[in-house]
Parts: sequence; C-alpha cells; structure tokens
Amino acid sequence: MRIKSSGDRWFNAFNAVLMAAIVFATLAPFWFALVGAFNSGLDYMRGSVYFWPREITLANFRAVFSDKTIYHAYYVTIARTLVGVVLHVAFTSLVAYGMSRKGLAGRKIYLVIMMFTMFFYGGIVPTYLLYKEIGLLNHFLVFIIPSMLSVWDMIIMMSFFRTIPEPIVESAKIDGAGEYRIFVQLVLPLSMPVLAAIALFNGVYHWNSYMDAMLFTTKSSLEPVQLFLMRIVTSSSAALSLSQEAGSNMPEEAKKLSPETLKLAMMIATTAPILVIYPFLQKYFVKGVLIGSVKG
Amino acid sequence: MNEALRTERRFRPAEAKLTAKSSRWRNQLSLQSMVWPGLAFLLVFSYVPMYGVLIAFKEYDLFEGVIGSPWVGFVHFREFFNDPNFLNVLRNTLAINLLGLVLGFPAPILFALFLNEISSKRFKSFVQTVSYLPHFVSWVIFGGLMLTVLSPSNGALNGLLLQLHLIDEPINFMAKTNLFWFIMVGMEMLKGIGWGAIIYIAAIAGVDQEMYEAAKIDGANRFQKIRYVTMPAIMGTVVIMLIFAISSILNTGFEQVMVMQNALNLDVSETIDTYVYKVGLSEMRYSYSTAVGLAKSVVALVLLFGANYVSRKISDSSLF
Repeated sequence: MRIKSSGDRWFNAFNAVLMAAIVFATLAPFWFALVGAFNSGLDYMRGSVYFWPREITLANFRAVFSDKTIYHAYYVTIARTLVGVVLHVAFTSLVAYGMSRKGLAGRKIYLVIMMFTMFFYGGIVPTYLLYKEIGLLNHFLVFIIPSMLSVWDMIIMMSFFRTIPEPIVESAKIDGAGEYRIFVQLVLPLSMPVLAAIALFNGVYHWNSYMDAMLFTTKSSLEPVQLFLMRIVTSSSAALSLSQEAGSNMPEEAKKLSPETLKLAMMIATTAPILVIYPFLQKYFVKGVLIGSVKG
Repeated sequence: MNEALRTERRFRPAEAKLTAKSSRWRNQLSLQSMVWPGLAFLLVFSYVPMYGVLIAFKEYDLFEGVIGSPWVGFVHFREFFNDPNFLNVLRNTLAINLLGLVLGFPAPILFALFLNEISSKRFKSFVQTVSYLPHFVSWVIFGGLMLTVLSPSNGALNGLLLQLHLIDEPINFMAKTNLFWFIMVGMEMLKGIGWGAIIYIAAIAGVDQEMYEAAKIDGANRFQKIRYVTMPAIMGTVVIMLIFAISSILNTGFEQVMVMQNALNLDVSETIDTYVYKVGLSEMRYSYSTAVGLAKSVVALVLLFGANYVSRKISDSSLF
C-alpha cells in the first residue's frame, strides 16, 4: 500500500537488529547463568560453557536446597515480603485515604510536611543511630517498620482515591457510614488496581533488598537471601566455604560442585520466582507506573 | 439572601443542628486519626534523622546523644578535605553519576522512539516485555550475572573476544581501572532502559494520530515526523523526568557499586556513599561520616543549581 523508500527499508532493518541486540544483551546473561547452574562444577572450571551445558547435572541445585543457611535465608526473605507488603499497603492506603478527603483540615500543610521527606534524607549514620536508640537494630522489625509508609506510594494512592466519584462516597455517608467504614467497604474494593500495583512494587522491593540487612543487622539468623547472595558473589572465600560445606554434605557428588556453579544455581533459584510470575503481572506494574506519572 | 438563610437556620430545631455539627466533628476526627499516624511515622523516621545530621558539627558521644554531645564546628569537614581519599572519592562519585546522567538519561527516550518505529505489534511487545525484566532483579543478582559474563576465567565476553581473535588472552575486566566507570554506567543502562521507557512510550502513544497524517501530507519523512511531531509532543515528559533525575543526582549507584567493588578497582570504585558506609558503620566514626555525607548533599545542591542555571541560559525551561 505505502511505497517504501530504500532509506526506509534500511532504517527498518537497522532498527530490528538494534532491538534484537537489546533483547540478546538482556537475556544472554540469564541464559549463561542458567546453563552454568546446570553444568557440573569441575567441568565448568575448564571454561567455555556458554550456550549449552557440557555435563548436565542437578547437583548444584540439590546443594542449594540442602543447605540449612540458605533455607533460613529464604524463610527470612519470604517472611519479610509477606508481612512487609501487607503492612505497607494497609498503612499507606489508610493515610492516603485520609489525605484524599477534601474535608480534611490542614491537608495542605500535611502534604508539604510529607513531601519534604521525599527530597531530604538524614543519611545512613543518623538513621543507624536512631534505630539503635529505639531498639530496631538486629531486630526483624527493622525490615518492616521503616518501609511501612512511602510518601511516593501514598501520593499515587491518594490521586487514585480522588478519581472515585464523590456522590458514591456522599450517599454512603447519608446512609450513616463513617469514614473508616467507607474506606474499608467502599473505597478499597474500588481501588484494587492501584493496591495491586503498589503491593507488587513493594513485594519486589522486599524480595530484592539487602541494603537494610547489611546496614542494620549483624545476626546471621536475620540474613535474607539477597544478603547471603551478596556475600557469596563478592567474596570468593565465602563462596568456597559454601561449596566445601555442600560437598561434605553430599560427598558422592562433591566433584560436580564448584563455588562458581553453586553461585549461579543460587542466583537462578532466587530470581526464578520473579521471572516466572513477572510476565503475568507486568501489565499491573506498567499500570502502576502510569498511575504514578499522572499524579500532578 | 444572607438574611433569609440566617432566619432559616434560627428556626431549625436545635437538636438537629447539634447532631449535624457533632457528626461533622466526628468525621473530622476519623480523618485526622487516619493521617496523624502517618505524620508521626515521618516525624520519627525522616525528621529525627534529619535533625541527627547535627552530629556532623559535634563530636558524637554514644552516651550523651545528639543534644548532649559537644560542638566542634567544622573540624570533621576540614578533616575530610585533608583526607588522602577525598579527591579520589569525590572524583569517582561525580564521574559515575554524571556519566550515568549524560549517557543513561537519553537512552530510554531513544529506546522508546526506536521501539515506536517497529511495525510488528508482536515483536514490539516482546521487546518491551524483555526490556522490563532486569528492573525486577536485585542489584546483587544483576551484578552477579555481569560478573559472570565479564569473568576472565569462564566469562562469555572473554570467550567471544578470544574466539574472534580480538584479544590474545582473557581480560580481567573488573580489575581494569579505566573501564570501571563505563561498566557501571553500561550496567545501569541495561537494567533501566526498558523500565525507564514506559513513561515515554505512553507519552508517544498519546500523540494525536492526525498530526502524523498532517505531517505526511506536508511531505514529512519518518525522521522529520519524529523530529517535528513526536519530539515536541513528549518534551514535557522529558523535562519532568530530567528534573527527577537531577534532583536525585549523586544518590544512585550505592547498591550497584557495593556489588561490583573489589580490592583491585577500589581506586576508581570508592564513592562517597560506600566511603560513608565503611567509615561510619564499620569504623564507627559517626560524626566524621555524617559530615562526609552532608558534604555530598552540598555538592549535589551545587550541581542542581548549576544545571538549573545552564538550562535557563540555553533554553527557556528551568526548575525554579
């Protein structure tokens, strides 16, 4: 139908190659890690295992899932994700609902007080000293409480709540419902898309964060899986001792383990939940970003 | 009119007035009780640490607390400026963040523009889905993947370069001090390009199709359409995103650098953030490290005003 110039055709070809290159650059590292994780450790050390495993084995994954420390680290991560997300969504949405009501006295001042904290931060040392003072250091709640409220998420929710038509809320009020009842029984059910998006973002944050554990905890019983990984990834001695321990636990397969392949198996095992669910949830993520962008 | 209203109100039964008033009062109380816990939360977790920054000017004593510790003025700042690490740390922080802004900021915009030119819908949505992926992976894992690809013993990049006979022996990329900043910025771009593009893709999708038709009738080719229709239409979004990027300048890269840092590249990888962490929490020099962190905020503020000044000079738009 449309006549394409040769310049157009060249551009299309170039563009397709560029996009394919971006896709490759994004996926290839994951693929290399997956291949390495399924490859026997000793053989992997010989090098040039890239696109397909040379000696296929499940030993690395068996080692990962037989290690008690790793199990415990997963337990910490799952616990903080579940508890953290529920409390974050509950608390942030409650504040957001209050802030979304026009009748709230002092609303403007409150908003300024809240938004100020988005731009100014005391820094890690004063934060550390505060946590020390109030007993959050080396406590599981250090993962939960400081992330219960995010002003950014609050603003996203607030602007979503404001799109709910006022007459609906007014009629509930005439029927005698109080603000809490309106919030729980009327506004929350109508706001599922934004709640889902915020819950997902916060879930990914909890699943992936290692910073708070690194800064504010020293107990190994509080180590989440990302911090465990951090130690293995950045210190070869930690990786080596993990691999030796795993090897002594399963001596018949010790030769199939190496610090490198164990590390890869752990990275795959930790990322897998996100990789598996994310294609199904990505539309909510995208919606969340776009709701946030029109906050105004 | 006013008179009439007042008369009417006067004749209202006193009780009804009272319940209306008390119910409004009760409503206000419920609303306030929703918001106050949030304010109290921010007071504790945001404002108390801001106040705690005062220890940069004090000699912090664990038992005396922030208030009781003695003032020492600018001692810690002077110590930092005379610290042999000072110039290094400042240079690395500026280099990684400014390179990240200059190269990393336009990348998602270009990606969105190029992606928009793909005609196959399925290929387009496939590319988009894949490009979001790294955003959802932690820096530990993404860094770990990159370390694997770049590894001198069995990394794929060295394998490829050897295979192509571009190099004779493997390169230890993470020990190459002249490459470190670019590896950091490249990683950041790869991790953020798709996610950062979402907002631009949405902005492009919102452009009125008739504009393109009109441009076509006027004889515009593809690049002219991008240049004169798409670009102006998304300019507002670009400026807002630039403001966000500049206002958080010097704040990015902590987690990323922590993962990629090793003893061989420490010279180019130690940034203000990692330095504050080490000096503050590992060596427990609380006041000194707070002063270093505060110095960073001052540098960031100078950069922000500088960027604002430049933007006002070369274009009409400025942040404030």
